[in-house]
Amino acid sequence: MVEINFLIMVISLFLYVLLGGADFGGGILELFTRGKAAKIVTKAIAPVWEANHMWLILVVVILFVGFPTVYSTVLTALHIPVLMVLLGIIMRGSAFTFRHYDIDEKRPMKIYSAIFQYSSLVTTFFLGVTLGGIILGEITLDYREGFFEVYIHPWLNLFSMSMGLFLVLLFAFLAGIFTVSEIKNEEYVQYFAKVTKRLLLGLVLTGALVFLTAELEGHPLLMEFIQSPVSIAAIVLATLALPFLWKYLNNPNRLMLRLIGGFQTTMIVIGWFAIQFPIIVNIKDAPDITLQNAGAPYKVQLYLLIALVVGVIIILPSVAYLYKVFKFEEKSVRENE
Amino acid sequence: MDAFMAARMQMGVSLGFHIIFACIGMVMPWFMFVAEWKWLRTNNPVYLDLAKAWSKGVAIFFAVGAVSGTVLSFELGMLWPGFMEHAGPIFGMPFSWEGTAFFVEAIALGLFLYGWKRLNKWVHLYTGLIVGIAGVLSGIFVVAANGWMNAPSGFDWIDGKAYNIDPVKAMFNKAWFSQAHHMTIAAFSATGFAVAGVHAILYLKNKLEIHAKAITIALTFASAAAILQPISGDLAAKNVAKLQPAKLAAFESHFETQERAPLIIGGIPDVENETVKYAIKLPGFLSFLAHGDFNAEVKGLDQFPKDEWPPIPITHYSFQIMVGIGMFLMLIAAIFLAATFKYKHWLEKKWWLRMLFIATPLGFIAVEAGWIVTEVGRQPWIIYGIMKTKDSLTPMPGIQYTFYTISAVYLILSFVVIWLLSRQIKVLQAKYLSNG
Repeated sequence: MVEINFLIMVISLFLYVLLGGADFGGGILELFTRGKAAKIVTKAIAPVWEANHMWLILVVVILFVGFPTVYSTVLTALHIPVLMVLLGIIMRGSAFTFRHYDIDEKRPMKIYSAIFQYSSLVTTFFLGVTLGGIILGEITLDYREGFFEVYIHPWLNLFSMSMGLFLVLLFAFLAGIFTVSEIKNEEYVQYFAKVTKRLLLGLVLTGALVFLTAELEGHPLLMEFIQSPVSIAAIVLATLALPFLWKYLNNPNRLMLRLIGGFQTTMIVIGWFAIQFPIIVNIKDAPDITLQNAGAPYKVQLYLLIALVVGVIIILPSVAYLYKVFKFEEKSVRENE
Repeated sequence: MDAFMAARMQMGVSLGFHIIFACIGMVMPWFMFVAEWKWLRTNNPVYLDLAKAWSKGVAIFFAVGAVSGTVLSFELGMLWPGFMEHAGPIFGMPFSWEGTAFFVEAIALGLFLYGWKRLNKWVHLYTGLIVGIAGVLSGIFVVAANGWMNAPSGFDWIDGKAYNIDPVKAMFNKAWFSQAHHMTIAAFSATGFAVAGVHAILYLKNKLEIHAKAITIALTFASAAAILQPISGDLAAKNVAKLQPAKLAAFESHFETQERAPLIIGGIPDVENETVKYAIKLPGFLSFLAHGDFNAEVKGLDQFPKDEWPPIPITHYSFQIMVGIGMFLMLIAAIFLAATFKYKHWLEKKWWLRMLFIATPLGFIAVEAGWIVTEVGRQPWIIYGIMKTKDSLTPMPGIQYTFYTISAVYLILSFVVIWLLSRQIKVLQAKYLSNG
């Protein structure tokens, strides 16, 4: 039971990375391309962005209902980076909506775009930093140690910073794939394919940086990786998909691009999950928080699962319908207009 | 300001900000739905314009409500980890249902806002209805979770830990129902009067049909709510008298346990000397309101140790403000009823439109005051009778700075939203005036 709830949480987190990633990445991509993508990004994500947002809330709710010690420990030790994520979420969500709904005037639009772009970057970076802090194992439960040791060091370190960078590039890359497969204008397709290729290169390099900095910070990530056949397989598969991705970026195929991009992200999440399992939060000088010792009692898990299953039964068809209406019927509507 | 006070203030600011957007996000879809329905029935394009204009407002409010709600789900753990570690598994069930309801609401709203051209008219109307229903449901779920903090149930508390957790019992705690109807009705009343007020001032300037229609739709909901609200409030107060006598005693400033207890209206509570100065006292009425009997005994603050007293002046003033506004809004509702059925010409009068304009912010002031009564009135407890708020505070120092930051962000955001809406209204107004 605990495992199923945990799995649903991981899947929600994964969907957040995949769907929300394209949306956060949209802002980052706009920043990198100096606003060239702005119109396309807005048009592509506007109808679905609030729904994307819900995956994060689902993760949080599963955590505090099913795994309360994870929730309270992480939000205490990583209070500061999480606060940065929250400020970012407020600013980018508001700025995005304002940009979409305010009357079209140059100056305010410029300000909204700038806020949306920079806060997308900041939010994603600190989301990565937070994940890094959870993995690294510098979180301490001994709150009598100094402020720096308890509230700063767990996330202000080389590993968490490179995790932040990695997530920024991952999200921008996802948005790049999304944009390339969305636009029709040939010139723009070439341009965004080029940008996406660069992001992909950067992503591979930062991936290596993540492992390197883990060693520097004394976390045996590479060792754990080598010992986990599942994560080796995942990373090998992700790497094998690279040439195909390259090919379809040179010669855009809408469906294949999305499939491969989605596949690679899935592999990254599976690879990470295989290393981490069954530990949820690595703790310094104390037993880690694991799936076994963090789960709420059986009855709580049972009712949580019921709520989740009913929720999924109601939500999935609605999400599918939403995507059907806006993503697949676009052509016919355009023709009608 | 110490860290504890800062954390409480931050929670208050965040909730106080979110509640306005949440109310509008859950009630306005009903107005849009009625406007669109009227358009389909009458073919009068003014109704379609109205539905579209409102839907833009809803999109803005909903988005800000969604992000501020997300922030809250984290803030609970960032500020009160000791509370959430124990309470999460117990009162989490309504939150997991709220997640589903909110998800459905977001999806249906996406379809409604962007589907004008893509969906069949009646399917489109139906998505509007789903937005409204899902919104009300998610509001009720969140309030049920808050009800549990006031009337904790569904667990045994032994040596600082919860055992035998029963999430269903926790969700259907003794406070959920009275809080849920009181809050839902309040949301309809506050949003309705706010919408009517904005259109009233516009109508006063230019007698456009669209504003008259808007006022009728918004006031119909608001008046029904304003007339039901005293009944709902009475039930809620009786429930508080039973479950949290200290809270009732605090907001009534009722210091001394007595039979035939007086209802204290207005006045300045003097906590030191345990009296209320300059107040109107109606003998026996508090007994009647709390227990339905003029001679019943009402527990006063003297029954509780002083360190378990909620802050008295602020809860007392907030309660007076809430009830006072409630009475005034009921008066407007009564005039509206009279005008609708008998004195139609009143609806065009300047005094009437000005009165509506004055009422624009009042419903929301009452909502905020009501939440202050509930939340501050529960202090010093975070889980009533089980856990004190100060014992659940995060050990992280410097919460003052996060409080200042969050407050500044929300303050700026409030100004931007108001500015944005006024721009939208100007565009709409200009469009109608240029059409003649």
